[in-house]
Amino acid sequence: MADPYLAVAILFFFAGIVVLALLLIAEKVGPKKPSPVKGEPFESGNSPKGDARIRFPVKFYLIAMLFLIFDIEVVFLYPWAILFRRLGILGLVEMGIFLLILVIGFIYAWRKGALEWE
Amino acid sequence: MDIATALFYLVAIITVGSAAVVAFSRNIIYSAFSLMGTFAGVAGIYVFLGADFVAAVQLLIYVGGILVLILFAVMLTHRITDVEITNRAAGRIPALLAIGIFIFLLVQTIRETSWAKAKEILYAPTTARIGDLFLENYLLPFELASLVLLAALIGAVVLSRKELRE
Repeated sequence: MADPYLAVAILFFFAGIVVLALLLIAEKVGPKKPSPVKGEPFESGNSPKGDARIRFPVKFYLIAMLFLIFDIEVVFLYPWAILFRRLGILGLVEMGIFLLILVIGFIYAWRKGALEWE
Repeated sequence: MDIATALFYLVAIITVGSAAVVAFSRNIIYSAFSLMGTFAGVAGIYVFLGADFVAAVQLLIYVGGILVLILFAVMLTHRITDVEITNRAAGRIPALLAIGIFIFLLVQTIRETSWAKAKEILYAPTTARIGDLFLENYLLPFELASLVLLAALIGAVVLSRKELRE
């Protein structure tokens, strides 16, 4: 049994077992005293106000876009970071140019007030 | 059937199953959430192909970023749940025709591929090799990628600020 995937299979198996076991134990052992208050949707301890399906402000979308762009930047950093020692100064300069271009965008977004919440 | 094959089928079922929910669900929120299973399953398939870097990128960008963006897009759209036209079949005959052509192309590709089996499957880390190519042979495209990101950033700022002013 020298299958290299054996460890992954065991992980999948036990992850499934643990989830199922916890759900079943909670179902069998846990006391159930339902009340109207407990049936409410959870909103950090407050009583929920209004409908959950509100329209989100567009500001969230801008933040998500900015997040995604810097997320992709991190992906480019990842192979560079692995080779960092071998590439030395040249690699640093190459990545410096890459980051500089993005810092320009970051400054632009900042100056335009894209990071302001109001 | 060895363990690797069984795991592959598990991942494939998760991928195709969630993709089916994305396509057939009447509720667009369910579709959006189900996309997570598809993206994660595709990451799993990349792992099976030995493409560790692509798998990490898939998780980081698609599961972590694009999915959040899609969810926001759904939640930002006014009264999107009231519009009951999502996924309604518009013209079955053109759809069947398109699917038929697509399946024909797929089968043709499968039949014409030689499916040469690698003598020995090597699961070597690919990230260092990708980094080598990026920072040595393909340095200009690499730096251009940051320009593309810059353009996307400026576009996002310009578009959403305009909407705020309205």
